[in-house]
Amino acid sequence: MTDRLDPTRPVSHEAMQATREIKDVQDKLAFGDNPLAHLEWDGIRELDYPPPRWWVITFIGTVLFAVLWSILYPSWPTPFGVWRGILGYDQRVVVAEDIARAEAARAPLVQAIGTAELTGIQNDLGLMNFAIRGGQVAFNNNCAQCHALGGAGQGFFPTLADDDWLWGGTPEDIEFTIRHGIRSGTDETRDNIMPNFGADGILTREQISDVTDHVLAISGGEHDAAAALRGESLFAENCAVCHGEGGEGLPELGGPRLNDAIWLYGGDRSHIFSQIHRPAHGVMPAFEGRLDDATIKMLVVYVHALGGGQ
Amino acid sequence: MFYRLHQFAEQRAFILAIFILVTVSIGGLVQIVPLFAIENTIERVQGMRPYTPLELVGRNIYIREGCYACHSQQIRPLRDEVERYGHYSLAAESMYDHPFQWGSKRTGPDLARVGGRYSNEWHVEHLIDPQSLVPASVMPSYAFLLENRLDPRDIADHLRANRSVGVPYTDEMIKNARADMAAQADPDADTTDLLARYPKAMVGNLDGNPATLTEMDAMVAYLQILGRMVDFTDVRIEDLTQ
Repeated sequence: MTDRLDPTRPVSHEAMQATREIKDVQDKLAFGDNPLAHLEWDGIRELDYPPPRWWVITFIGTVLFAVLWSILYPSWPTPFGVWRGILGYDQRVVVAEDIARAEAARAPLVQAIGTAELTGIQNDLGLMNFAIRGGQVAFNNNCAQCHALGGAGQGFFPTLADDDWLWGGTPEDIEFTIRHGIRSGTDETRDNIMPNFGADGILTREQISDVTDHVLAISGGEHDAAAALRGESLFAENCAVCHGEGGEGLPELGGPRLNDAIWLYGGDRSHIFSQIHRPAHGVMPAFEGRLDDATIKMLVVYVHALGGGQ
Repeated sequence: MFYRLHQFAEQRAFILAIFILVTVSIGGLVQIVPLFAIENTIERVQGMRPYTPLELVGRNIYIREGCYACHSQQIRPLRDEVERYGHYSLAAESMYDHPFQWGSKRTGPDLARVGGRYSNEWHVEHLIDPQSLVPASVMPSYAFLLENRLDPRDIADHLRANRSVGVPYTDEMIKNARADMAAQADPDADTTDLLARYPKAMVGNLDGNPATLTEMDAMVAYLQILGRMVDFTDVRIEDLTQ
């Protein structure tokens, strides 16, 4: 007795032949003339379905494009230097030319601004418009981050749109400040330093309190009249040399005006006290070298025209 | 024809391996060989130096906080960029950056030349509360940098790690790394040696609090050196030939 389903039972040659022929017919029906249809490993059949012709052409085209591009334009670093491309194209030359062209286009106006006095610029409408526009662009890019748009000032950064100037508001003063900055660390920077009257023990707490009252008195704030009177002589001794006898300020020394209601570090008692005790000092970077002469001149015209130019 | 070759190679493992080797070698040659000559693409300019220890820490914080995701450090040679940010960036300017911070996204402005553009106080205030100075900004607050004290113990190792990938830190720089790191943010320190080793470094009261060395000190030191090493007033276009 043999089991008909026994897999070890020998299969007749004829049966195998018949199976193969049936499979060939099935393949023919399923895969047509596909050239790889007869390749089969472990029951996995490999077939050839090529990508569309347009795709192949595009692919080869991109490869050729890359080769051509790297011959025409700067591409490979080589042991003999950088391959510069047979077209001689250089982005750095292009940008230099772009800038030169723009400079040439505005050269007549820039030269006129460079040589003219401020009044000369103000009297020439075309020149003034150009300087204000150019100055505004430069201001928004370089100055507005601290002094705010339109020179409105913010935080510890002074307002430029008023007539209260720390270091002077004439065109010459403004230009010097822009060029060399304030406490910028450059050689010609505007620089001064207010002593730590409290922290370094120059004045006692009571004396600082009296001076605070005096400063409040001359600036129209609420104060103790007796203390303010005591503070007056202390102010004359210690403060007047920079801030002026009546606190009117000395812009040539950068001594801020105190007899008004404009305060950089706060105008109430505690702020004034702490500014005498251990003063804060502002810093402005120098823009000479960073900006060209014409841009600085346009900035001067713009800042001067914001409202408080002297 | 290709089917024949395909079939021929695919059924013979050794020959297939040879074909694979040839293909991979071509790809490898094209990608790797030009890198041996990469030095030729770096301009020879004066002024480039390795970062000070404090700047290097600031750079690490810059990377840690993902600043590069919104700020590029690469001024492209295009007129509008040059007029806004300054001279276009040179390859030489990032030769000591591992990895470079060129970036590819500008949600905020490019920072390649932000050094010296603002005061230290501005940077501190801006990192604490960006909107207080730039109302339209979408930058988040980094006020916590003021709270995080720096750990000076591993700074020499950071310098050594950079030296191992080609940054020319000298033995002297590594020996003094810890002292240099503290001195840069100390307004009372003698910074003569520091500035001799690292010219143009921003020294002094960086974060407004000279008593402690914080991540804010490092960040400001790093931001204040960006783009300032090369002095472009005496660089001519011929010198920039790669």
